[in-house]
Amino acid sequence: MLDLKQDYFALFGLPVSFAIDMTRLEQAYLDIQARVHPDRFAHMPDTDKRLSMQWATHANEAFRTLKTPLARGQYLLEMQGVDPAFETNTAMSPDFLMEQMEWREALGEAREAADEDTLEELAQRLRASSRDLIARLAVALDEHKDLAVAADTVRRLKFLEKLQHEINDALTALES
Amino acid sequence: MAYSEKVLDHYENPRNVGAFGKEDEDVGTGMVGAPACGDVMKLQIKVGKDGIIEDAKFKTYGCGSAIASSSLVTEWVKGKSLDQALEIKNTAIAEELALPPVKIHCSILAEDAIKAAVEDYKKKHNG
Repeated sequence: MLDLKQDYFALFGLPVSFAIDMTRLEQAYLDIQARVHPDRFAHMPDTDKRLSMQWATHANEAFRTLKTPLARGQYLLEMQGVDPAFETNTAMSPDFLMEQMEWREALGEAREAADEDTLEELAQRLRASSRDLIARLAVALDEHKDLAVAADTVRRLKFLEKLQHEINDALTALES
Repeated sequence: MAYSEKVLDHYENPRNVGAFGKEDEDVGTGMVGAPACGDVMKLQIKVGKDGIIEDAKFKTYGCGSAIASSSLVTEWVKGKSLDQALEIKNTAIAEELALPPVKIHCSILAEDAIKAAVEDYKKKHNG
């Protein structure tokens, strides 16, 4: 019922683009889930059950990938043969890295001092920075078709995502 | 994950943590980062008039393996020429610290940090 070789955009009947219609994506995902949900195959032979499981997993993975900007950007790069090389590409703008270091320092100090206000403020600055990067990624991918800038932006977003997790963990630890 | 004893030793007693003046003529600074884990590493070398690295300092935000890798290379580069420092390979770092495959990128980060520091020093002196 599902063509597993189709790209994720085609699967949901969406244009290949970073800008995405979230409502359409969600609706298309729900439609597919309704069609391939393993419950509907409960009375079918095992091969069909296995297939429906495979389709459902594929649709979940596709939805998760297109839903978040970082994963969608990475996927679009990979569709065009560009690997963002999260493990091996270590050269980034020194200013950006310096800022990352300062944020991590501030996070460490705030965590030690159990300073919730500073943590919240950091989280807010981080969200603003992410928004700027996502806007930049949209321009790089959809307008300029500049894959080098897009890959650099995806790498930066990856940094911010990691920091966001750490701030959230610190805030959760304070609340408990 | 279980860290090797050497990683733990460097992690608990990191060598050469600190910084030199970034603008100093005899200092080269390398800043690198690994998106996969969000680690950031700053490695600085202080070079003598004879072209030999006299001292090295680092500051790293990241996991134990990243801290151990940078601590180790600050020890290794001392007494080396710039060209010798460039020969330090991430595989040697990974081997010395017995890093598991998922932590190899920490050693890549340390190798790249040395390269960036040497490049920065050379840029200051050749133009």
